[in-house]
Amino acid sequence: MEQIKKSFATKGFLIFLLIVAAAALPVVITDKYWMHILILICIWSIAAQSLNLIMGYTGQANLALGAFFGLGAYTTALMMLKLGLGFWPALILSALLTSAVGFLIGLPTLRTKGSYFAIGTLCFNVIVFIAIERWESLTEGTRGLMGIPPPAPIALPLGLTIDFSSLAAMFYLCLLMLLVTIFVKYRIVHSLMGRSFIAVRESEELTSSIGINPMRTKLISFTVSVFLASIAGSLYAVYIGFLDPEIASHHVTFEVLLFVVLGGGATITGPIIGAVVVTILGELLHFLEGFRLIAYGLVLVLVIIFMPQGIVGTLLSFRAKLFSRKL
Amino acid sequence: MLEVKDLSKNFGGLRAVDSLTFGIKMGEIVSIIGPNGSGKSTVFNLITGFHKPNSGRVLAASENIVGLKPYAIARKGIARTFQHTTIYERNTVQGNLIIGHRLRTKSGIIGAVVRNSRTRREEKECLKRADEIADIIGLYDKRLMQADTISQEEQKRLAIGLALATNPRLLLLDEPMGGVTDKELGPLIELIHKINESGVTICLIEHKMSVVMSISKKVIVLNYGRKIAEGVPADISRNPDVIEAYLGEGYHA
Amino acid sequence: MSLFLQQTINGIMVGSIYALVALGLTLEYGILNIPNFAHGVLYTVGAYLTFLVVVSLGFNYWIAILCAMAALAIIGMIVHRLVYRPLVNAPHLNSFIAAIGLIFMFKAAMLLIWGPDFKRYPPINDTVINIFGTVVTTQRILIVVITVILIVILNLFIKKTMAGMTIQALAQDREGALLAGINVERVETLVFAVGSAMAAVAAALISPVFLVYNTMGDFVILKAFVIIILGGMGSIPGAIIGGYIIGLVESLGGAYLSTDYNELIAFAILIGVLAIKPTGLFGARSH
Repeated sequence: MEQIKKSFATKGFLIFLLIVAAAALPVVITDKYWMHILILICIWSIAAQSLNLIMGYTGQANLALGAFFGLGAYTTALMMLKLGLGFWPALILSALLTSAVGFLIGLPTLRTKGSYFAIGTLCFNVIVFIAIERWESLTEGTRGLMGIPPPAPIALPLGLTIDFSSLAAMFYLCLLMLLVTIFVKYRIVHSLMGRSFIAVRESEELTSSIGINPMRTKLISFTVSVFLASIAGSLYAVYIGFLDPEIASHHVTFEVLLFVVLGGGATITGPIIGAVVVTILGELLHFLEGFRLIAYGLVLVLVIIFMPQGIVGTLLSFRAKLFSRKL
Repeated sequence: MLEVKDLSKNFGGLRAVDSLTFGIKMGEIVSIIGPNGSGKSTVFNLITGFHKPNSGRVLAASENIVGLKPYAIARKGIARTFQHTTIYERNTVQGNLIIGHRLRTKSGIIGAVVRNSRTRREEKECLKRADEIADIIGLYDKRLMQADTISQEEQKRLAIGLALATNPRLLLLDEPMGGVTDKELGPLIELIHKINESGVTICLIEHKMSVVMSISKKVIVLNYGRKIAEGVPADISRNPDVIEAYLGEGYHA
Repeated sequence: MSLFLQQTINGIMVGSIYALVALGLTLEYGILNIPNFAHGVLYTVGAYLTFLVVVSLGFNYWIAILCAMAALAIIGMIVHRLVYRPLVNAPHLNSFIAAIGLIFMFKAAMLLIWGPDFKRYPPINDTVINIFGTVVTTQRILIVVITVILIVILNLFIKKTMAGMTIQALAQDREGALLAGINVERVETLVFAVGSAMAAVAAALISPVFLVYNTMGDFVILKAFVIIILGGMGSIPGAIIGGYIIGLVESLGGAYLSTDYNELIAFAILIGVLAIKPTGLFGARSH
């Protein structure tokens, strides 16, 4: 117990440093382009955390991530544009709505296993994509939904305002959301509920025999995961200000899948590392253009064959084995 | 405390369990024996809800539990181990025991995020129970080790501990002595006695006759899915039907 | 009446393609237990290669198809050896993820080589025939005819040749096949070669009608999975019947219900079926 407390103290300090460093980024980085990249990294990290929760921790390959990301984005955008709602109510409402859809889809699909679940969710993803694309009267279809306003400025004491049309403010918003996501995920993962998720992943049969309802556990994980995906989508909508059906496509699912697989299955830092590495490398290698996606694909294949636990996962399991042996 | 009445199960054309009727009294240690393929594990699967019987009832404290899902049956206080030692290999010993106790807690997803007093209390309770059981099964010193790094026999004890963590009233052990060397038999038998003395009724499937005879209050013998004998160990070992079932017809002791 | 006939012919044509693709997939998933999600992108490669041979190399369409089949057979075997074989003991999900990686790679490569526009063939088999008042190009008829021929050949291959019988043996009992001295590895590679070649033919046949484009395999592979989950893993009749049913439902549904959403039909059917029977219409084999 003492050992754990000690390492937590140093871990806590490290995390504090990281947060301070992250918060300092807009001060240090003046290049708009890199700020843009950082904001996207935050948004994709939240999406990756979502996929990681249901896939890495609970072992269910939810390939409908794009659908929920897109649903969150479009619902928030439409609520703001057509119903005149502010960002914050739209964010919460669309997350609740999307989670409800997720719950309803989870009910039939989570009864299936493995590849069938993957195919089923992928089919749902395509259904949502097609629906968004063809329902032009609602979503403007392939023309795209334009003019999504950023969140309204927030008035602070001393006459200052937070204006979200500035990149720095947007970054802090997304960073804050990411930190909240991490906090929530951390709490979940280290709780009895989180242990149930992992138990279901390891063996549904054994988990059932020790009195845990696997279906209920999977549904809870799935719904929370959808909630997070929706938040990520909503942030994307108000940041970019423009949506087209592509952000609900299976391409989004596949890219976030890459982040999660590369970063590491059941870890909290994994998805973030995956998002950071892929996004930054992708930008640095932008000149390679077409070859970039070939590289992504190659990385995915190599990682899943040789290092299926991803960067962070492999490091952690290495450390666990070492620790076990020392005892 | 447990009554099996006319339980039958077919797999395709095969009658795995045939009109089986027996009872287990509270506090007893009962063994189910029989040649390979006599349906013993199927009986466990039927009791714990992994298979649905074609007919018959299973009464746990007078309540028919047929048709309940395995997790519901575990919640009612019937726990089991599996023939192939089944534990959470990538988890620590302690982790295994903690999750084993989870069913007795109520904290959910909101509690997990908010960490209210109930959540914290239940987490402490699970940890305490896990350490208690780790001690009972003799793995307290190794409780922080990953389950796939401990020995085979220790894993067997962990599997028993995992089932024990669910606070069962009835514990079904499926061949707990399978693959155990003679040297390791003693401590395992002691463990089973210890668990029984703490108030848990035990039913085991076992092949090692010496263990069955020494440990059981009552022995039930199955052959081809049917009960062919039931009684105290001494009687069973002299029962001609039993001997014939094991050694074939025409054998006379 | 004419619309109905037109759409039925269309449906049979599209159904033929689905049947061919599903056949390849059912062999791989049903017999080798490999959910080859990359089957769809190999289909697309087949189309581009056929196009390459016809347009850039100027060869005859039929020769091009044969070339594409041969090339895909080889590519399929390589993919099996290098990617799926190492993952044989990992959960199915990993094979799925690896396939997604392959999809990234192949699609990006094709995009680099051929660009994003739709590729059009020079006129091939576009003489028209009048069937009961409906005008149909010969290509469409050829698609159905060739599909039927291929199905017959495949059937004969499986039932009458030595290789085919080893595939049957493997399908029924892998361990038994091993014990009987069958070189299981070689049979697996053969299955992948045949499956990929079938995807190539399907793509080659349909591309003069629907053109060649980078994402042509995306929905087709999903529908193929739907078909084999509904028709039964490893069932050849299931793949064929399922293919035609989906093709017809899409065409007729598109005409009479809504053209916008007819693509959805197959996917919605799948979710509906899985909701009722999570193990697929024919049970087991879900991993």
